Amino acid sequence: MRGRTSLAKWLIVLVVLHGIVACAGFFAPYDPVEQARGSPYLPPMRPHLVDKNGHFHVRPFVYLMKLQEGSFDQYEEDKSQAKLLRFFVSGARYRLLGLLPCRIHLFGAENARIYLLGSDAFGRDQFSRLVFGGQVSLLAGLLGAGITLLIGLCLGAAAGYYGGWIDDLLMRFAELFLALPWLYLLFALRAFLPLAISPIKAFFLIIVVIGAVGWARPARLVRAVVLSTKERDFVRAARGFGATDLYLLRRHILPETASVLLTQAAILVPQFVLAEMTLSFLGLGVPEPVPTWGNLLSNLQQYSVLVSYWWMYLPALAMVPFFLGYLGLASSLQERGKTHKIAKRSLGSLP
Amino acid sequence: MRYLLRRLGHAFFLLSSVSILTFLFAALAPGNYFDEMRLNPQIAPETVAALRAQYQLDRPLPVRYVSWLNSVIHGEMGFSFAYNSAVAPLLIARARNTLLLTITATLLAWGIALPLGVWSAERLECWPDRLLSWGTAALLVIPDLGLVLGLLVLAVKTNWFPAGGMAAVDFEDLSPVHKIRDLALHMTLPVVALVLSVLPLLVRHVRAAVADVLQAPFLLAARGHGISRRTLLYRYALPAAANPLISLFGFSIGGLLSGSLLIEVVMSWPGVGPLLLEAILGRDIFVVIGGVLFSTLFLVGGNFLADMLLYWVDPRIRTERSRA
Repeated sequence: MRGRTSLAKWLIVLVVLHGIVACAGFFAPYDPVEQARGSPYLPPMRPHLVDKNGHFHVRPFVYLMKLQEGSFDQYEEDKSQAKLLRFFVSGARYRLLGLLPCRIHLFGAENARIYLLGSDAFGRDQFSRLVFGGQVSLLAGLLGAGITLLIGLCLGAAAGYYGGWIDDLLMRFAELFLALPWLYLLFALRAFLPLAISPIKAFFLIIVVIGAVGWARPARLVRAVVLSTKERDFVRAARGFGATDLYLLRRHILPETASVLLTQAAILVPQFVLAEMTLSFLGLGVPEPVPTWGNLLSNLQQYSVLVSYWWMYLPALAMVPFFLGYLGLASSLQERGKTHKIAKRSLGSLP
Repeated sequence: MRYLLRRLGHAFFLLSSVSILTFLFAALAPGNYFDEMRLNPQIAPETVAALRAQYQLDRPLPVRYVSWLNSVIHGEMGFSFAYNSAVAPLLIARARNTLLLTITATLLAWGIALPLGVWSAERLECWPDRLLSWGTAALLVIPDLGLVLGLLVLAVKTNWFPAGGMAAVDFEDLSPVHKIRDLALHMTLPVVALVLSVLPLLVRHVRAAVADVLQAPFLLAARGHGISRRTLLYRYALPAAANPLISLFGFSIGGLLSGSLLIEVVMSWPGVGPLLLEAILGRDIFVVIGGVLFSTLFLVGGNFLADMLLYWVDPRIRTERSRA
């Protein structure tokens, strides 16, 4: 019983998080590529409730930033310029979920740009870029995991069901993929594909590359389930009644693999999000100006950014809730999958 | 003995398949190192064609593969266009640094994970165990990239450790003792990052494996005989739990290699990682193939070591072979 509630809990967490990213246009105050060249590398503005005179306000407000005396890149809060945070303001146009044209944003300020997570070299709002970046990274992770599981399911089922030389061949092939460290494999695949391409192409390319890397482990797991299921009595009975191979696989055998696939999905998605981040971070993935979680962090490869603008690191922490959600989901799925006592000591996310 | 030979043959099979596969991919890849020259109006098309011919890029695939195999036998592993030299010496210089990092991290990670896992398995579901579980979960949800960059930010802010590189500027002039100290200082950050990235997984596995064994009747009997706690845990429980852990050892090397690839690039450690990245961006295919093969070799070596350990630890495998 406890397993089920914890599963529901993690699912709700994940749905909320993904909902925020999916409706990025609403939650982000600005367009992620809109530049404000006049304010590069602004530090994060903190929402306040108490003003400089010690008066308490019900509505949160921020102070705008001004240059410090005698400096050209150090900012401080300008206490004379307070801006109220307004909610449900109209701002830049966007399409909600890619369909509905909209102008309403969750929050914003009048006649000024506010930066909750600071701004980057071009004065783009880091918070907006973070929320929009999640769309690319999470979609890459989800689609990549989908492709991987599909390949794993097909090959694993073929290997387990038909056996013989097909099994030998496929499992040898899987071993090959397991023999390489995944990042090297990812690099190798990426190395032999075109480098300078448009963001959309790069995005799909990356999904395919990521999806092609990880199929070996799910394929092995599916194969094991298929091997044991095809000898079960109800499958034999169905075969005795003259069921075809395809019908048997579709109707009786593959449904048994559902729990394995779900658990694998919960493990693979964050791994693949990380893979996309790594590629984009190193400049092999989706290029600027499209924001992704990886290329948001790639600024930090410059020493000057690392030293002077610590808030550029904040996006890395924003990903933790997502990873936590998926880890929780994976371990509660695993707990649910096993019934005996040992299962309670869940391993969490396995590689 | 036959078991080991079989594993060796298996490793060789893996290596050769990986080499063929990477070669095939490389051949399918669009573009090569000389493509940028083709766009340059100051370089005649004949020159580019001559260069391509000189490096045999215009020959059919099997011929190229055989000539590459030939150069492997001669210890060259193909030719790097960007560095204008054979690949093997380049790779060996870099691989040494990667191995230094990875092997140190492997030893350290397992050295910490084993006692910690056993300690935690002994106190299953008590508060120290819960605390440790939360700790490992926390480490697990921090993405590798975030961890590495966080450590780097910390290093820059506090100046406790050098942020990147492998040696100080005046490394050559230092006395041997100071050289070691300098190297250790530079190694600390990447090694810590590597260890932290694999540690949670290892601890959890050790804990699960040992906890499994601790419930076995023979351990209950051993406890009844009054065998001391330490002997019980490390002499009886750990070897019985070793089997899955040794397989994990082989796999953990893969994780460490992947981790070190990223960490080397971010912390500018002169290992295989930065070399591979440069080679990918420059279409220097033989270096890419060499780098991938190096990683496979190391991983296969690790798995072979794990197999030998297994052979040594698990008597069932030995008897199975002698019966067969």
